Amino acid sequence: MKRRVKKTEQYVRVPMREQDALKRGKDFEEVPFGYSEEEAIKEATRCLQCKKPVCVKGCPVFVQIPEFIDQIANGDFAGAAKTLKETNALPAVCGRVCPQEDQCELKCILGKKGDPIGIGNLERFAADWEREHGEISIPEMKPKNGKKVGIVGSGPAGLTAAGELIKEGYDVTIFEALHETGGVLAYGIPEFRLPKEIVGLEIGYLEKLGVKIEKNFIVGKTATIDELLNEEGFDAIFVASGAGLPSFMHIPGENSIGVYSANEYLTRSNLMKAFLPDAETPIMRGKRVVTIGGGNVAMDSARTALRLGADASVIVYRRSESEMPAREAEIHHAKEEGLQFNLLCNPVEILSDEQGFAKSIRCIRMELGEPDESGRRRPVPVEGSDFEIECDVVIVAIGNRPNPLIPDTTPDLEVSRWGTIVANEEDGRTSKKFVYAGGDIVTGAATVILAMGAGKNAAKSIMEDLAEN
Amino acid sequence: MAKILKREQLSELVWRFRLQAPRIAKKRKAGQFIILRPTVDGERIPLTIANGDNSQGWIEIIFQVVGKSTLMLSNLPEGGEVVDLAGPLGQPTHIENFGKALCIGGGVGIAPLYPIVKALHDAGNDVTTIIGARSSDLLLLKKEMAEVSGRLEIATDDGSAGHHGFVSDVFKKLLDDGEKYDFAIVIGPVMMMKATTGFTVTAGIKTYASLNPIMIDGTGMCGGCRVTVHGETKFACVDGPEFDAVGIDWDELAKRLNSYKSFEAKRLVGDHDCKLTGKQ
Repeated sequence: MKRRVKKTEQYVRVPMREQDALKRGKDFEEVPFGYSEEEAIKEATRCLQCKKPVCVKGCPVFVQIPEFIDQIANGDFAGAAKTLKETNALPAVCGRVCPQEDQCELKCILGKKGDPIGIGNLERFAADWEREHGEISIPEMKPKNGKKVGIVGSGPAGLTAAGELIKEGYDVTIFEALHETGGVLAYGIPEFRLPKEIVGLEIGYLEKLGVKIEKNFIVGKTATIDELLNEEGFDAIFVASGAGLPSFMHIPGENSIGVYSANEYLTRSNLMKAFLPDAETPIMRGKRVVTIGGGNVAMDSARTALRLGADASVIVYRRSESEMPAREAEIHHAKEEGLQFNLLCNPVEILSDEQGFAKSIRCIRMELGEPDESGRRRPVPVEGSDFEIECDVVIVAIGNRPNPLIPDTTPDLEVSRWGTIVANEEDGRTSKKFVYAGGDIVTGAATVILAMGAGKNAAKSIMEDLAEN
Repeated sequence: MAKILKREQLSELVWRFRLQAPRIAKKRKAGQFIILRPTVDGERIPLTIANGDNSQGWIEIIFQVVGKSTLMLSNLPEGGEVVDLAGPLGQPTHIENFGKALCIGGGVGIAPLYPIVKALHDAGNDVTTIIGARSSDLLLLKKEMAEVSGRLEIATDDGSAGHHGFVSDVFKKLLDDGEKYDFAIVIGPVMMMKATTGFTVTAGIKTYASLNPIMIDGTGMCGGCRVTVHGETKFACVDGPEFDAVGIDWDELAKRLNSYKSFEAKRLVGDHDCKLTGKQ
């Protein structure tokens, strides 16, 4: 349907209101407020409704973007949510944490002359609207086909695959190693970026569709993949166990007290609720916190430190800002909240007091040299430029390696030399029959939506293979 | 959820719980541990599996009340439940017939030693076990240990049972008597393990120690349990909990175990008359 939009407004995105930067730096409330109905309609009306929508090609799960935006523009918010859910099991999560600026929004035609349409903002709006209005739609369900699929891990890849399979009549069980579901959505991404209530509700929706979840079940330990397949009647297993092993820098002093992996720091705060004053699990509330790394996890950690009462929260990153892998919006939010950035700077040693508590970190200045294999200019140390930053907590956020629990206990599953499970990107098939893999355990640490895309592809292969069987 | 089938107080601060856990009972091997949360919002507590029965589907844990979370656990009633129980975790002890095996346990470390002694015994080893504690009432599993050890020696700091002194004194005496061992494992407080493994290693015995650093998930995800062994960082939860005693950086382990000491002390005060700090 054609709508009239003032030329001047066509190219300007409706901004999303946010919590005040100084106030929010002290609490764990979500930072952006989300669109009102009026704002959402106004933003949706900017959409050109392209006949051949290129935005959809930018989405790993092929959300029908023009359709749901058109429904919002027409005030059919419930319809928009339903459209989203046809292709995306977790729209409220994706609307918040997907890097739309590098995917669907990057392709948007409006972006050539002005702001691309706020696809993420609108996705979030539709999903939130549906949840807040209690009109949760249940998709059409195929009758049960008696085939049993086990999914390892309740993160984005596992949840997406579960959502796809349950609709098609499969009996789906998710095995989760921790005592809470959600994987990285629960332990990794902080409350102020992704409220846990929303994660819980999206998972609750899958349970409502019939997905079974076994928590405290560590596949590889509690039962192996072969036992699930041969003794417990599973017809297929999808491994979506994530990149669960934190990398360290291997510099002197790294095991000082107060030096955390980002995984540990965020798990204590997010999963174990150490940010609450009366939590049972402790966390060091550092006054001067240094976070090493330039990705989203580093931003999440450093912003968490601020909210846990740090007077100074400092990012140390060895390259320059343009090489930072974090989303622009996250860097922007972090700066607004007063994070300090020490760029082109690399840690060489962590110094501690006699009891072993970290007291400072010695760094060296870097300059950018020739591009490396990633295409980014390689940082090289500047001789004699060492300096110390005083600190009581150091968070190492330089990435994760794949967890070896499943490869180690599944002898005929092919693993790369980096420890990732070898699986076809398009279909998730592995070297082992009826075992599929996707998400960070295959790609190494990546994004929520890529993991969801992998979950979707694997679900499709499982359906194909089990139909033949 | 795991039902508490049996709850038994072994000494003033030490408890034995039998938990319904058929899957863990089926899979567990000597040296492995579980993680549990006593209540909703409780901490995740790692505890070595002290015993188990596959046919009846239970495991046993033995724990000492050392902080608020273990205190909460000890207060759960028989017939009640721990909200979360996951396992078995960690690498099992490498069990084979070494010939003469030496097992040394100190304090509450006697509990995780028991399944290892039993497994070594069942594998055909001639097992000598030395257990020690501050006093006789703190000596755990004396009877059980005697059943699976070829020889059982006892030491107490106050002389209330067995040798008056340390387990390492007993070990030195055995060496003086001409005893030889092909394999040793030591479990107990860090400083006891440091001292004792020093003697066994000097005597040329291949020695392992089971470490209990602070950990959260127990699956390799957090890296909080990292220990330095032979100059390399290892995660006790997935690479351990047992390591070659020669290479362990004991001082680093001892320091890291104190990470939250001030936090623990603060939250215990006012909660109960504290048997840990001695303050009423």
